[in-house]
Amino acid sequence: MITVDRLTRTYGGYRAVDDVSFTCRPGAVTGFLGPNGAGKSTTMRIIAGLTPATSGTALVGGVNYLDIPNPGTQIGVLLDASAQHAGRTGREILALSAITMGLPMSRVDEMLKLVSLTPAESKRRVKNYSLGMRQRLGIANALLGDPRILILDEPANGLDPAGIHWMRSLLRDYANRGGTVLLSSHLLHEIEVIADEIIVIGQGKIVAQGTKEELLKTAGTFVKAGDASALANALTAAGLATTPSGDGGLRTEADPATVGKAAAAAGVALVELRPAEGAGLEEMFLELTSSTQREGASS
Amino acid sequence: MSTTAAPVTIDTARPGVPLGRLVKLELRKMFDTRSGFWLMMSIAIVALIATVSVILVQAFADDPNVSYETFGGAVGFPMAVILPVIAILSVTSEWSQRTGLITFTLTPHRGSVILSKAIAAIIVGVVSMIVAMAIGAIGNLIGSGATGEPLVWDIGVDDFLLILFGNVLGLLIGFMLGVLVRNSAAAIVAYFVYSFVLPTIFEVLSQLMDWFSDLRPWIDFNFAQGQLFDAPVSGEEWAQIGTSGIIWFVIPLLIGVRAVLRSEVK
Repeated sequence: MITVDRLTRTYGGYRAVDDVSFTCRPGAVTGFLGPNGAGKSTTMRIIAGLTPATSGTALVGGVNYLDIPNPGTQIGVLLDASAQHAGRTGREILALSAITMGLPMSRVDEMLKLVSLTPAESKRRVKNYSLGMRQRLGIANALLGDPRILILDEPANGLDPAGIHWMRSLLRDYANRGGTVLLSSHLLHEIEVIADEIIVIGQGKIVAQGTKEELLKTAGTFVKAGDASALANALTAAGLATTPSGDGGLRTEADPATVGKAAAAAGVALVELRPAEGAGLEEMFLELTSSTQREGASS
Repeated sequence: MSTTAAPVTIDTARPGVPLGRLVKLELRKMFDTRSGFWLMMSIAIVALIATVSVILVQAFADDPNVSYETFGGAVGFPMAVILPVIAILSVTSEWSQRTGLITFTLTPHRGSVILSKAIAAIIVGVVSMIVAMAIGAIGNLIGSGATGEPLVWDIGVDDFLLILFGNVLGLLIGFMLGVLVRNSAAAIVAYFVYSFVLPTIFEVLSQLMDWFSDLRPWIDFNFAQGQLFDAPVSGEEWAQIGTSGIIWFVIPLLIGVRAVLRSEVK
């Protein structure tokens, strides 16, 4: 259980985290979604006691992170898979954490096996690791102390599709056994694949939160025709408001049956007609991303 | 992944991480990279090179007049450079290599981490000095055996303890600069400024102003420390080490520790 309440962190006049409140419940994977620089990492560092909050609180299981004895055995944290001494071997990094937590070295081998790092790979120095391997090592490090709570910052970054699938089943299992997971990503797709509950953050503020079903709920219809302008005219004539929605398609609030009838009445041949699944979240996310990225000047 | 239905609460009664374990951890971190390992090895290697050089001088000089003190001096000087660097890197690598992200999440009480690093650095310093002086002693035996010169042991236990104290103090200065600066390159540069540039400035000032040359032993830490290597050390000299040490060691260390405790780890 992670409880963040009215958390704010400012740097000079800049509000990196602005009045953020959310809860991560046991048994669910909570996805923390936002563009780069939205305040995800800062929030996570505050939860892990590395960054002091300007105001507000972040509690883990009802206590401050600093008051958790031997925290590695109660909460697993991966904040940056690249923040490793490049000259240490992967195995040595886990061994150091195991010593800190007072765990037997056999636990290190178990974890290496769990994240599919071979004995040969584990003896290589981390500077020779790919980002994907570093992520696996970082996840092994977070799971080492068998914690009931996990905080992972961009853990899927650098993983290949098979790796992302692997992580989904790993975290799914973990949550099903009653674990609490907070993981962040700047990619909607990753969060959609892995998370049960989603918190969307942009420019330090939470802009949406809820279960994946709620946020990805059908919001109207996506329709596409060979002749886009004929379709637009047909729908307008039928009194349906439309908005362009990528790929030359249109989005409307009406349900697919109504849209199909309108198109048929006007004799427009459709290429695609389906519920506009997740379009609401996707567009909100694009809007967020565009306002913080340089490419977004056009929108 | 053995536990199954444990409730997700935090156990605040669980034992914390004991200091002894942290010291063991910090010692291991000093040896477990190639650069760290060879930095440690360099202590023995440099001591060996210094000893062999003295033996060679002894063998070829007309009037060698070599005693254990000669070996001690030759072996001890490089220690004064290597030990502070070891102490600096043990602190700064947490920031320069960003390993602090894991270290300080596993041990959120940063004071304990800093304390365990200081203890580990002192252990390394003491053991290194004993190894180095032992290598020097073997050199002294070999040297006098080979040249037929009389064997002279002119470093007593008291002298050795003072030399040891002096070198550990040097190491702690490196440690303090590491804590204060938290950047490997900058801290090493700061150490050389601290031990070579500052004394020169004090020297020039005391030459220019009479009143300053009287004041100097009380505020020039480097000058005061030098007295340790020139036994016996008088009560006044100890007091001078104390006052200058407060200015140049204790106060900056407190500022550094305070910053470490409050700063953001990224």
